[in-house]
Amino acid sequence: MKQPWISIVLLATVMAGCSGSPKDWQATQTTESGAYTVTVKPGLDPIVINRIHEWTLHVETAEGRAVENATILVDGGMPEHQHGLPTRPEVTEYLSDGDYRVEGMKFNMTGYWQLQVSVEADGVRDVATFELVLP
Amino acid sequence: MRNLVVLIVGLVVLVAIAGVLWTAVRTPEPHEWTPEEIATLETLWLGSLGPLPPDPSNTVADDPRAAELGHRLFFDTRFSANGEISCATCHQPAKLFTDGRPLSEAIGTTKRHAPSIVGVAHSPWFYWDGRKDSQWAQALSPMEDPAEQGGTRTQYAHLVVAYYAGEYEALFGPLPDLSDRDRFPASAGPSGNEAERAAWEAMAPEDRDAVNRVYAGMGKAIAAYERLVMPGPSRFDDYVEALSRGDVNKAAATLTADEALGLRIFIGEGSCTDCHNGPLLTNNGFHNIGLPLPPGTAFDSGRIKGVEQMLVDPFNCRSPYSDAAEGDCEELRFVKTEGMELIGAFKVPSLRNVAETAPYMHLGQIPILRGVVEHYDRAPVPLMGHSDLLPLKLSSREKERIEAFLRTLSAPLSTPQHWLEPPE
Repeated sequence: MKQPWISIVLLATVMAGCSGSPKDWQATQTTESGAYTVTVKPGLDPIVINRIHEWTLHVETAEGRAVENATILVDGGMPEHQHGLPTRPEVTEYLSDGDYRVEGMKFNMTGYWQLQVSVEADGVRDVATFELVLP
Repeated sequence: MRNLVVLIVGLVVLVAIAGVLWTAVRTPEPHEWTPEEIATLETLWLGSLGPLPPDPSNTVADDPRAAELGHRLFFDTRFSANGEISCATCHQPAKLFTDGRPLSEAIGTTKRHAPSIVGVAHSPWFYWDGRKDSQWAQALSPMEDPAEQGGTRTQYAHLVVAYYAGEYEALFGPLPDLSDRDRFPASAGPSGNEAERAAWEAMAPEDRDAVNRVYAGMGKAIAAYERLVMPGPSRFDDYVEALSRGDVNKAAATLTADEALGLRIFIGEGSCTDCHNGPLLTNNGFHNIGLPLPPGTAFDSGRIKGVEQMLVDPFNCRSPYSDAAEGDCEELRFVKTEGMELIGAFKVPSLRNVAETAPYMHLGQIPILRGVVEHYDRAPVPLMGHSDLLPLKLSSREKERIEAFLRTLSAPLSTPQHWLEPPE
């Protein structure tokens, strides 16, 4: 007898939550196989669409050591629209302490975006995925 | 007692659910918007348009003297093969810098529809396929396109020396001495007829370079003029302003119920703001929308080819004729060159004054605004490439409302009138 009530209350709660505020996103992600922890810092706060800008990436090992001299690829897109980023961002500079400069970031639509950051260092390649919803 | 508690809790939950469902399903009042929706509308408001981004590839981009010179060049029909065509032939200020034709008639017939230039200085890419990365580089192409103005590069350099030397030198320094007609033929250029192309090839590289510099300067002056051509606030903008102030009565007096309901579809289920976003109602991107091919035309690959052309363009941001420093050409450096979504993709135009700038699309293949709304409603599968569009399945009434909303984007330009007329 209890479960239907719980379902209805949950449904009501979920529906009430549908009024839609920008989704919080996790700027730190562990890579798929756990080799690295990647933190991204967009150069625009808040991120706005249609403006090319830089990001900073910070890469650490699982043990918390800064990763230097990694080969990093940044890609992404909108899975629901089946298209990629409007630009081809690149890591253009290693800064220091595991920080890398990424140039050429741009989003051209509001909505749900995924970003894949592929890190390869000392022969170990692993990918972190970031999700963000642009209002 | 237990039953009573269950009953009360049950009633409370039912009322809550009814409230949520009511909010979800009832038709909203036309002018009643949530704070989130108002925030979305504010992103489309012309008042939120930031300052014009600088063009580091053009040091005279914001020089008023360059705009004066560009204004004169824009309207000067001497810069054509027959002395009758200028930029303003196809970009007519009275028609919001379009010509109202599907394809333009100049020296010949153009391959694509003449887009408006209103507000395009905010875009990083020019032409329907973005094959130019600056407004000044774009301005150079029609002048020597055989179907458009059809003249040649040396012809134009000689004209600048003859008629605009003072203004030109004030901006760009001394003009080269072009008086030796053996070195600088009357008519030679890379896009001319066979004899003109041969004459161009026969010139010394440094002489071609000298002519190219004069030519690039012309483009930079024209771009400085075009940067002044900007849209003005429309009824839609007045509406958003009123809503931002919380003045619903003023808002309701500004747009009709149908227009406001059309706007609701535009930012909602119509998904129009996926691409037509920001205060100019364009993301300046390239998208394939599955347009029909007019009979007798071949598939146009659009952006995927345009980006290749831009990368090798002799006047691009990295060229010797650009004023940009290393690192300035950000859009070019990180441009996307591959991807299914670039095939058959064309630039998203601004929707400002869209009702006044028929026909539509890169070939002008849709004659009226209602046809555009019908196209998005049907969302045809493209012949090649990938389209983001999904059928909207709108009712006839809803399509009328979207069209009614689009008509609220019409407004006179903010550009002072004297710039919209031929110079004296």
